[in-house]
Amino acid sequence: MPSICFYFQVHQPYRIKKYSVFDIGQDHKYFDDENLNEKCNRAVIKKVAQKCYIPTTKVLLDLVHRHPEFKISFSFSGTVLEQLEEYSPEALELFQRLVRTGNVEILDETYYHSLSFFYSDEEFVRQVKMHREKVKKLFNYKPKVFRNTELSYNNELGVLVEKLGYDGIITEGWERYMGDRSPNFVYRPKGANKIKLLLKNYKLSDDVAFRFSNKGWAEYPLYASKFTQWINSINGSGQTINLFMDYETFGEHQWEDSGIFNFLRALPTEVLKHPDNNFKTPSEVIASYDCVDDMDIHNVLTWADTERDLSAWTGNSMQKSSLKKIYELEEDVINSEDISIQEDWRKLQTSDHFYYMCTKWFSDGDVHKYFSPYDSPYEAFISFINVLNDFRFRLDVVKSNL
Amino acid sequence: MKVLMFGWEFPPHNSGGLGTACYGITKALSEKGVEINFVLPRNFGIEEKFLNVIYTRLPKIKMNEVDSLLIAYLNSMSYRKVFLSIEDRKNAENYCGDLIQEVYRYAQVAKEIASEVEHDIIHTHDWMTFPSGIEARRASKKPLLSHVHSTEYDRSGGHGVNPIVFEIEKNGIQEADRVLTVSNFTKNKIIDNYHVESSKIDIIYNAINKSDFNNACFSKNDNFRKTKIVLFLGRLTLHKGPDNFLKAAKKVLDKNKKVIFVISGSGDMNNQIIEQAADLGIADRVLFTGFLRGGDLKNIYKIADLYVMPSVSEPFGITSLEAVASGTPVLISKQSGVSEILNHCLRVDFWDIDDMANKILSVVNYDELGECLSSNGLSEVDKFTWDNAADEIIKSYNAVVNPNKRIAI
Repeated sequence: MPSICFYFQVHQPYRIKKYSVFDIGQDHKYFDDENLNEKCNRAVIKKVAQKCYIPTTKVLLDLVHRHPEFKISFSFSGTVLEQLEEYSPEALELFQRLVRTGNVEILDETYYHSLSFFYSDEEFVRQVKMHREKVKKLFNYKPKVFRNTELSYNNELGVLVEKLGYDGIITEGWERYMGDRSPNFVYRPKGANKIKLLLKNYKLSDDVAFRFSNKGWAEYPLYASKFTQWINSINGSGQTINLFMDYETFGEHQWEDSGIFNFLRALPTEVLKHPDNNFKTPSEVIASYDCVDDMDIHNVLTWADTERDLSAWTGNSMQKSSLKKIYELEEDVINSEDISIQEDWRKLQTSDHFYYMCTKWFSDGDVHKYFSPYDSPYEAFISFINVLNDFRFRLDVVKSNL
Repeated sequence: MKVLMFGWEFPPHNSGGLGTACYGITKALSEKGVEINFVLPRNFGIEEKFLNVIYTRLPKIKMNEVDSLLIAYLNSMSYRKVFLSIEDRKNAENYCGDLIQEVYRYAQVAKEIASEVEHDIIHTHDWMTFPSGIEARRASKKPLLSHVHSTEYDRSGGHGVNPIVFEIEKNGIQEADRVLTVSNFTKNKIIDNYHVESSKIDIIYNAINKSDFNNACFSKNDNFRKTKIVLFLGRLTLHKGPDNFLKAAKKVLDKNKKVIFVISGSGDMNNQIIEQAADLGIADRVLFTGFLRGGDLKNIYKIADLYVMPSVSEPFGITSLEAVASGTPVLISKQSGVSEILNHCLRVDFWDIDDMANKILSVVNYDELGECLSSNGLSEVDKFTWDNAADEIIKSYNAVVNPNKRIAI
C-alpha cells in the first residue's frame, strides 16, 4: 500500500571567487572567475549538467513515458535556474519538458537557497515570492508545497508557511523529534491548522544517496529488486515513503559506473510489480492521507550530518560573524533600491558560503572538503569577508547618493 | 634494541629544530625501551636521565664570527658571506678546511666508538654526522639509518649548493640501509637530487610536546593592547624568507597601522633585514628581538596574534607546531613539510607577497578568524606526538635490524 514520494533537490550556488583584500574597491564581480578554472561557476554547472542533470532527466523522461504512473517532484533554487539559463540551456529545456509531462511537482523554496528564515522573516518572504515568480516564468507552474534550505525546519516555519498559503511542507524524519513514530505517515506541524508535514525516510533515502556505491556496506551492491523488497516490507506500517535527496546523487555523487542509472531505470518496474504500491507527488500524498498526529519540532532540524542541525552553517565564530554581518545590512540594502546591490546581497546569503567555512570535521578531511571550492574553511571566510567589505563600501556610496 | 646515535646539537645548546627533534625522538624512543648511546662532537654538559651521552672531545675550534659556521645549519650562502668577510683569503680557506675536517675527525672518533660501544643499529642526524655513520657502519657492520632533517638544497635556498656538503649528504643517503626524512616534501627532494629509490625512504613527521607551550604568562586579549603582533621566528637566512615577510609587512601597514611585526632570530641576513625595514619606511613597526630561547621563546609565541613561517624551502618547520601549541594562529609556506599534516592553518606560496599580506590582514582585522584557527589548532596538535614519531622510527629499525632484536610497537 505505500506510496513512493520522490523529491530531488537541484541547487548550485554562485561561488565566490578567490577575493583578496587588495581587490576591495577595485573589483565588484564577486562571482565571475575570469580564470575560468575548473572550480568556477560556469565550469561546475557545465560539469554537473553533463554528469547528472542531462542524463538523469533523460532517464526520467523515458520512465514517465513507459510508466504513466511514475511521479516525481523537484525543488530548484533560483540560483541554479539562473545559471542553467546562462550556462546550460540544454539541461533547463529537459527539465521543462519533464515538467510538461504533468508527472512532476515543483516545490517552492527561498530563491537564494538562504537561511533567511532564521534571520529575517521579511527577507524570507521576499525570497519565497521571488522563487514563486521564477518557477511561474520558467515552468508555468504554481507550487503548493514548500521546502526550506537544507530541509531546515521548526514549528514557527510550519506556521509561517501555512500563512503563505502552502498545503504542505517537508523536513527530515528524525527520531529525536518523532520518538517512536514513523516517518511514513503525514503529520501536522505543531501550532498549524491545515498545512501537512512530510518527513524524509532518511534510512531508505540515504541507502541510495550516500551508501549506493559504498563497497564496505553490507547491502552492497544495491539492486532495484532488493530496494523494492525493503519498500514492500513496510506495507501496512506506513502510507508514504518519502525518498528525498540531492538530484546530484545521480551521476555526480554516485558515478555512472556505480550503476546508479540502471538502478533508477529499473526501480519503477520493480515497485509497480506489487499491486499495492504506487508513486505520488507530495501534493498527492497530502490529498490522499490524513494527519495521524501533531509533530512538535521546537529546535531547528535539518537533513545535514549526524547532528541534524544548523551547526555545519552556524557552528563557529567565522560563520556566526559572517551571517550577522550580512543580515545587518538588510535595511540599507532594501532602502537603496539599487538592483545590483540587492542581487549581490542576496547571492551572498546562499547557505553554501557558510558551509564552506565549516571547521567541524576539517581535520578528518571528509565530505565537506569535496564540495568546497576553497583549500580550507579559513580561505572561504577570507574571500567572503573581503567581498563583504567591498560590498559595504559600495552600499555606503549608494547611501550617500540617496 | 641498542642504538648508536650521532648528533650535532642538543637542547639547550641548539640553534634550531635539529636539536629539538633529536631531544623529542630520543626521549620517546627511550620510553619505548630503546637503549640509546647518543654521541655529540663536544661536551655540552647535558644531563638527561634517559640518555647515555658520549662526547668525542674534539678540539674546540676558535670562535668569533667563525662560530656561526659551527652551527647545525651551515649553508653555502652563509659560508660565502663569512668567507668574503674574512680579509685574509688564506685564513678563510683554512677555516673551510677546519669545518669539513671537524666533520671527518668526528667520523674517525665515531669509528672507535662503534667498535667499543655495543649496538644493533646506527642512526645519524643530518650531513655533519653522515661520515660518522658510514665509518661506524664500516667498523661494526650494523645497519645504518641516515635521518635527513634538511638538505643542502633547503639551506642554500636553491642557490649555490656547496659541492662538498652535497657530496657528504649524497654518500650518507646512498650508503644508508634506510633513509628517514621529515616530510614528503623532503622525500621528493632527496629522490630528485640524490638519486635514491623511494622505497628506501620512510617519512617521520616531527612532533610537538604540547604541554611545553601551555604556559599562561600572557594573554592575547589583554585590554591594554590594541595593537596586533605578527611574529617571524627563525634564522635570518634566505631559505626562511624574512625578506618576503618584510615586503608583506609593508603591504599590511599600508592598510592597517596598528600592527607590529616582530622578528626573532639571527643569521647572515641580520643587517640586510634591518636595512630593508628602514628602506621600506616601516622601521618603527618592526622589532628585532635577536635569538630567543627558554621562557622568552614561549612568551613570544603566546604574545603573537599570528605566527608567519614564509620559508622558501622548509623540510618540516617545527616552529609552526610550537606556535599552534601556544594557541597562536599560523600562516605557513606551502613549500614546507608541516603543511602536509597541519590542517588548521593558513597557507601561502612563499613568493606570493600579496596573498601573504591578504592573510595577515584577515587575521589582524577579524578576531573570529584567529579564534577558530587557535582553538581548532590546539586540538589538532594533540595528534602530533613524539610517541607516534617514535613508533614510526621503530618500524624503520625493525625493517633492518637483526630479527631477534626487534621491538613490538
